[in-house]
Formats: sequence, C-alpha cells, structure tokens
Amino acid sequence: MTAVTAPRAVTPALLDQDWRSVGKWGGLCGLAIVLVSLIGMPVGLDSRTLVEGRLSLGYLALVWLPVVFGYVVSKRVVLEGVETPDPGLRDVVAGLCCGIVAGLGPALLILGLDNWNLRKPLVNWSPKLLELLTYDRGIGYGVAAWIITCAVLAALGSMLHVVPASVRRFVSYAVMGALLLSVLESAIVDLSEGFGLESLTDAIYAKRGGLTVTSTIILGVVIGGLSLLTKGRVKSATNRYRQMEGAERQRTSIVLFIVVAAVCVVLPMFLGTIMNELLANVGLFLLLALGLNIVVGLAGILDLGYVAFFAVGGYTTAVLTSSQSPWFHPEWHFGIVLLAVVVMAAITGLVIGAPVIRMRGDYLAIVTLGFGEIIRLLFLSDWLKPYFGGAQGITNVPPVDFGFALVKGTDPRSVFYLVLAFCALAIYVSWRLQASRLGRAWMAIREDEQVAEAMGINTVNTKLMAFVVGAILASFSGAILAAKVGSIFPNSFMILVSIIILVVVIVGGMGNIVGVLVGSVVLIGVLGGPRQPGLLQEFQSFKLLIYGALLVFMMLKRPEGLVPSARRSQELHQEEYLQDAWLKGEDHDQEEAEAQAEAVAHAPAGVEGEGDPS
Amino acid sequence: MSHLLEIQDLKVTFGGLDALSGLNFHVDEGEIVSVIGPNGAGKTTFFNTISGLVEPAEGDILFEGESVLGLDPHQVTDLGIARTFQNVRLFPNMTILENVMVSQHCRTSQLVFGALFQTKAFKQEEREIRKRAEEVLGFFGSRLIGYRMEQPAFALSYANRRRLEIARAMATQPRLLLLDEPVAGMNPMETAELTGLIGQLRTEWGFTIVMIEHDMKVVRDVSDRVVVLDHGVPIAQGSYDEVSTNPDVIEAYLGRPVEAGA
Repeated sequence: MTAVTAPRAVTPALLDQDWRSVGKWGGLCGLAIVLVSLIGMPVGLDSRTLVEGRLSLGYLALVWLPVVFGYVVSKRVVLEGVETPDPGLRDVVAGLCCGIVAGLGPALLILGLDNWNLRKPLVNWSPKLLELLTYDRGIGYGVAAWIITCAVLAALGSMLHVVPASVRRFVSYAVMGALLLSVLESAIVDLSEGFGLESLTDAIYAKRGGLTVTSTIILGVVIGGLSLLTKGRVKSATNRYRQMEGAERQRTSIVLFIVVAAVCVVLPMFLGTIMNELLANVGLFLLLALGLNIVVGLAGILDLGYVAFFAVGGYTTAVLTSSQSPWFHPEWHFGIVLLAVVVMAAITGLVIGAPVIRMRGDYLAIVTLGFGEIIRLLFLSDWLKPYFGGAQGITNVPPVDFGFALVKGTDPRSVFYLVLAFCALAIYVSWRLQASRLGRAWMAIREDEQVAEAMGINTVNTKLMAFVVGAILASFSGAILAAKVGSIFPNSFMILVSIIILVVVIVGGMGNIVGVLVGSVVLIGVLGGPRQPGLLQEFQSFKLLIYGALLVFMMLKRPEGLVPSARRSQELHQEEYLQDAWLKGEDHDQEEAEAQAEAVAHAPAGVEGEGDPS
Repeated sequence: MSHLLEIQDLKVTFGGLDALSGLNFHVDEGEIVSVIGPNGAGKTTFFNTISGLVEPAEGDILFEGESVLGLDPHQVTDLGIARTFQNVRLFPNMTILENVMVSQHCRTSQLVFGALFQTKAFKQEEREIRKRAEEVLGFFGSRLIGYRMEQPAFALSYANRRRLEIARAMATQPRLLLLDEPVAGMNPMETAELTGLIGQLRTEWGFTIVMIEHDMKVVRDVSDRVVVLDHGVPIAQGSYDEVSTNPDVIEAYLGRPVEAGA
C-alpha cells in the first residue's frame, strides 16, 4: 500500500471478523486433529523424540495443524487497487478464535474417549491415546490444555502475517530447519559417520534420540540467521541462470551437471548400507518415473498399468539368469539379458499398447489399469506356474558380474551405481527425445489428438512409440530389481506401484525431468516406496495416507508439481502468464497497433479499426 | 482426370439426416474456390469429409485421380491436403515455432535413433524443419517471428491465432489448402490484409485453395469460382457475379418473399 492510501487504511474493530470463515477453518482443524489421533498417529509416533523431553513426533503430528490453520484463516487475498486493512491485532484474534474452535475437536475427543469404549469401531484406539491427549493429568486438565494450546498455536500462526517479513522468514526457517534436523536424525547421523563427524552429531543429538533443548535453540537461530543472509540470493541466481544465453548458459549447465554427477558418484562412498539401500530404491523408482514421464508427461497417455513393464523386465531377467527358473534357465550374463529385456518390453508394449492406444482419456486409464493387474495375475497363475513359478516366484537370481565389479543386493552401493547409470541413460533419452521430431509429435498429441492427426501425425504409431520407450525404461528398472533382490515374486508388482509412480510424477512435476527427480527423492526417499522404507520409517504405516493427502494438496495448490516444467506451469496459469506478458509490454503488438492507428486515420468512413477481440 | 480435386455424388448422413447430398464439383490446380452457404449448410462437414474425419455414405473424393476415401486423416495430409479449423485449434501450450515445426511431421522421417545419437541426418533435418518453419511464419510479416516464436500459442491475439493456423497448414507442404473461415472474427483491416495474403498463397506458394467463408467481400475478391450449399445440397456454382444474382441463392440466404395468402 502506498503512502498516499495508508492513512485511509481501515482498522476495523477486533471482533469484526468473518465468523463463518473462522468457524469453518477452526472446525476443519479440529476434525483433522481428531482424525490424526484416531488413526493412531500420536500413539504410534510417540516413541520418536524430536526435542529431548519436550516434543515427540507423535505430538508434532497434532500440533502443526493449529499453526497452519491459524495462518490460513488470517490470510487475506490482496488485490491490487482494492483497499485491504493492514494486518494487525484483528488477524491474531481471528487466529485465536479459530484455535479455540479447533481445540474443541480434541477436547470432545477426550471426553468421548473417556465415556465410551471405542475399541470396536476404531481399531487404532488405545488407552494410551487418552493418556497422551490428557498428558496423563486427568480429563479436565486435558480438555483445558488442548483448547488453550490450539488457541495459542493458531494465534502464533496468524501472527506470522502481522510481524515484518524478515521476522516471518527468520521464525519459519528456524522452526522448519530445527524440525527437519530432528526428523531426519538417522540420516544425518549416518551421513556424519561416513565423513567422520560423529563428534558433531553427538553434540547436537541427545543420547536417546532427538535434539537437545540447547542445540534446538542454537540450530534454530543459526538456520534462521542464514535464511536472512541468503534472502533472495537463490531466486536471483536461478533468474540469472534463466536469462543466460548461448555459450554462457551452456557453460553453466555443464558445470552444474558435473557438480551433480560428482555428488552422485562420490556421496554413496561415504554412506552406510541403509542409506545406500535407500538411494538404490530411489534410483529404481526414478527410472520408472522417468519412463512414465515420457508416456504421461510428454505424450499425455494416462497409463495406470505401468507396473506391467516393470514386471516383464524383472521376470525376463529372472528367467534368463536364475538357475532356479522352473522351465528355461540358460543362465545368461546380465549384459546379454538386457537385450532380451529390451525386446520383451517392446513386445509387451506393442501387445498391450495396440488395443489400448486407440482409446482416450478415462477409458484408456481404466483399460491400462486392467492390463497391469492381468500381467501380475498371469505371473501368479497356476497355469503359468511351470514357467514362472506362481506365487513362489523365481529365486536365486545371481548378482551381476561386470568383471571389475559385482552388483549384488547385499552391497546396495553397487546397486546404486548400476541404477545411477541407467537413470543417466533415461535422463539422456528423455532430454533428447523431448527436443526432437518425435517429442514434438507427442506434445501435439497431448494437446489435441484430432488436430495432430489432421496435421499429418500418425497418432497411433506415435503413441505406440511413447508406450514402447516407456516400457523399455520400466523394464530396465525391473531387471535391476531382480538382480538386487535376488528373486522375483508376483507380489512385488502390485497395482500400488503404478499408482505411486504416477504420484511421484505428478507431485514432482509432470513433463519435467528435474521435477521427476525431486519427486522421487522426496516421496520415495523420504516417505518410502510401496514396500521400501524411506527416511521417515516411523511413517511406514501412514505412508499411503500421506501420499493421498499430499496429492490432494498439490492438486489444489500447486497442480504443476514441485518443480514444474515451464510449459506446464504456463498451461495451468495462463491468465497470470498473459498478465505478466502484458505488464512487460510484450503483448502490445506495437507494429500492429501503429499500423492500425494509421489505417484508421486513412480509412474511409464506416470502417472501424477495432482492437483484437481476444 | 486433369482435376486436382474431384467430388463425385458425395453424400454424408448423420443418423437419418443428410448433411450433404449429391455434391458434385471439381477444383483445378491453381484455382481458388469458395464454398458458401448459410449456417448448417454442410460446409464444414464437407471439409471434414475430405480430410478424412468423416466417412461419406456415398460418392467419392478423388485427389489427383486417386480416391482418398478410407484414408486416415494423417494419410490425407501426407497426400498434400492441409486444412485449418473454423474454431481455431492450435496446440495452445506449444510455442509458435513448435506449432509450425510439428506440422512438418509427415514430410520428415527421423525417429528415436537419430535423436539419441544426434546423427548428421537428424541435425540436418532439424535445421531444415526450423528453416521452413521460419519461412512460413515470415509470410505473415513480423507478427509471428522474432521473440514471438518462443511464446506459447495461447498468448497470441485472436487474429494472430488465425494466421498461425494458416502457417501451420502451409508447413505441411500441401498442394491443396482447405481454409475454414480464415477471416472469421477479424476486423476489416485484418480481413483486407488476409484477403491479399490468400491471393499470394496461390501466386507465390502455388497452393490451390478451397475456402469456406461468410465474408462476401473476401469471397468476391479472391475466388475464381463459388459453390453455394444449402441444407447439404449444392444450389449454385459459378463465378461470384453469377452466383450472387442467382435467385435460389438469394432465397437461401434471405428466405422466400412473402406471397399473398401464404
């Protein structure tokens, strides 16, 4: 708000609130707290300490909610040219009231738990929940404590709007940073051991887990301080990179690439088995996600049965390398098997793709979903048991012997390097294809299939090609999985795998390689894959809930994904894009406007030079 | 045989409704033929039938003496028939350059291998695609080139979208260009300019053009011949002057004069 309008800014009375919105958000917050409690999160996660003696992960799962809701409820939409009252005490009152409403949720829950036995309908109910919620000090104390806690936390959340921007930045970074450090404790300890920095982690983490109170405060202040120092630097650096042209950009890209590659190669050497295992899993899913990104992100084919190709890769490898393969066991070398894997994946891609590809949108999604399950059920069936071993699967898949290195499951570091090589290949393939005749044709089909066809693109063949390229990348991942685990079972290829890969692609950023990379690190690495544990092993049983919640949140707030492709974010924010272009003066068609003005001046009466009707 | 496009007894039915019936006419190399008629006369259906989106019930369409019936739309484009759409259908999230590059698909051949290994042939082809794209965009003056080429198509003004549609059709290197209401929604200035450009498409680029248009001034200025459709039936053919004075045509557009007792 400018200086001229500031004195006229309205400062309404403290209680002149939008009560409907306060009630809505408060109620939602209360419901969320009740839900999180009843699914057993606080009890399940209570044993994990975040800050020694003060905060456990179980409580964190509850108390972050009022803070966020308090922030949301007092957030105002600021429109240019419309007078908005400055943030002030009134917003804090809104947060406070919202928190009180929210606090009624856990309060009622405590009363409910105390009076009724909810064990029957709610399997995760346990007496421990009541103890936790009341801090073991009686019902009355619990009720009062929750209402007050929620109110205070929500007020704190809303206060973020009131304080100056730098304070807001400092506080939010300090809190988030300290929480992150405590939540990721095991990973950090593992990492520091690799670098021989145990003394450092011993100093900040308490013996029985969690940050000590002192270190929490110190780290928070340090991180907050750093956030103030780096303010705007990251953004301006990325902007500078975006604006670079030609040779300079190429040079920077090469340097960046070398740094990233070096980190990928060097880092695993310092990591322990668990972390390497985790990285290998991230890599396997990244490979799958990169393949699916070509199919969904580029060509726009919503394939929900992508796991089929993962399975084909795994089974082809198992059959051709294992000595225990029930029917045909040539025990070939992995290198030769890879060729067979490519061929098998391509054939499966064609066989599944040919009938499916003629369908559109929802129909295609449903049919691919079916095919994904059919493949798994075939491997599971008694009919094919003599060939693929049915539910027992195929065991004894040998490690991969490259002569100079042996890739085996017990040495996850070697698996990671193998996966890394394939991911690099997949990234190269995606990158090159994107900027080729085929990539453009895929995009055109995604945009408007009928027009693409009318513009001379053989849509059936082109889509099949996307299907096959995606299938081959997925089958590589399957092949590595077989060698890593040493055996292959139909149950590794549940439909859930397809869905999780799709979530990775969507949350990461569809159509963007970096986005897919970030997506798989965040989802698979932090939360964990369908069967693979992530960094937050405690969340294992709530993983799917978090996946779902994350997906819903992303669809509502950031549909273009964490790291969107420029194109995708344009697509989803067309209006903003046009506005920006207009503000920058790009959309003013200078010559056209001038030509028109001139023409109008000379035009005979009756001819009106109107602007473009767009 | 010498006709570039020949329509023989074409009949298209949707359910029980005859969208087109008994359509007979031909287009010679180098002609500009306009198809006019009131709304619902079957003009766009006629284009859709030629470009393979709609299957006719009877009759035949010959392009250079060969039937195009039963071909997929992309095969028709491959033969050398390109079209634009009445309700502008660009690839909105692709850049302007990409829109024009992608429509050269059927004239180029590189697939996965070339792209992965960046072969000489691949690079050469990419260069040619780009050059041709710029050439085609340059036809519309400075409007579609320069910084504009890297902008998404949705950012274009309405008139420029129409221009890009024509550019995209041109890039398929057709012999016959089907323009579906090329000046619809343009202001008189833009219309006059595009009318001139349509003439140039014939003289400079050597396209034969069939055009659906409601703007009679445009029709008069550029077309050699005019075909009038009404309720799917051709009611008149000939030069603009002949057609514009034809009583049937006037009736189709304006209705029958009220007769006594009717």
